Amino acid sequence: MKDFIYGIKRSIPIGIAYLAVSFAFGVMAVNGITPLMATIISLTNLTSSSQFAGVRLIFETASYIEIAATIFLINLRYSLMSISISQKLDESIPTWKKMIFGFGITDEIYAVAISEDRRRLSSSYMFGMIILPIIGWTLGTLIGAVSSTLFSNRLLEALNIALYAMFVAIITPDAKKNLSVFIVVIISIALSCLFYYVPYINEVNPGLKIIIPTIFATLLGAILFPLKENNKEEKENV
Amino acid sequence: MYNVIVVIIMALLTYLSRILPLVFIKNQITNKFIKSFLYYIPYAVLACLTFPAIFHFSSNIYLSLIGTALALVLSILNQKMYIVVLASVVVVFGCSYFFY
Repeated sequence: MKDFIYGIKRSIPIGIAYLAVSFAFGVMAVNGITPLMATIISLTNLTSSSQFAGVRLIFETASYIEIAATIFLINLRYSLMSISISQKLDESIPTWKKMIFGFGITDEIYAVAISEDRRRLSSSYMFGMIILPIIGWTLGTLIGAVSSTLFSNRLLEALNIALYAMFVAIITPDAKKNLSVFIVVIISIALSCLFYYVPYINEVNPGLKIIIPTIFATLLGAILFPLKENNKEEKENV
Repeated sequence: MYNVIVVIIMALLTYLSRILPLVFIKNQITNKFIKSFLYYIPYAVLACLTFPAIFHFSSNIYLSLIGTALALVLSILNQKMYIVVLASVVVVFGCSYFFY
């Protein structure tokens, strides 16, 4: 119970940030899907980048394969985080509990959980951590989706930057500290611009516009700058 | 129907990506190449999702560039995520009165 309350306390800033960003997601999503659908996506996915990409692909009626490939790729990082978290979990936690709280591993929850001083994380702590972010993320989407008609176009347009600003805030600190991350980011941006602006090339499917530059840049990064031993993968986003 | 199937695909793939390693991987991954590849993926994905789309989030290119510059500067100054997000939205909203 003590761990549960502690987890909840640690997750409060994440819940607040999620409320704001998912509000923007809700506003954006209703351009092409219903508020109910947007809320269900947030409740069942609990992720910013792949939801954002997924909805953009829905707008363009992309194929299932394209959507699945994009989502899979964007979510690969969660697998990495889960691997890393699994090393820090209490060994006595049964599998069925992992299958429940594992649902809530996001970039931010991972960053906080992995930085805890305690050697082993209990399942109560993990359950405490995920509750408020799930509520914040879902509620924010619902409010944004149903109230978007109440706001001026001016404000709605300004809200478009919220998700991008969050992504910039996630990438920049690590790109600043780590030259190889910086180079991978620059290569990604260059390739992505290529697929956006250059005639003929920019006619490929929207999902591929994200997948191809990502794979190229990541492969280059892994070949040119392989991780040194004991390099920590964790990110500090919050 | 299309939307429903897409939502199921998204939810399932997202859930599996989080759950499978947690349930099945007991040991640390040792392959250096795979570790490096996994390490760089989030940065590459987020960079591709953000750029150049952020240059066009607004129909006004100057407004888009102001918002982009602000988000970058605040992030470089190590501001917290929610501050970068809220400040960008507020400043872009304020500036929009000069451009429209």
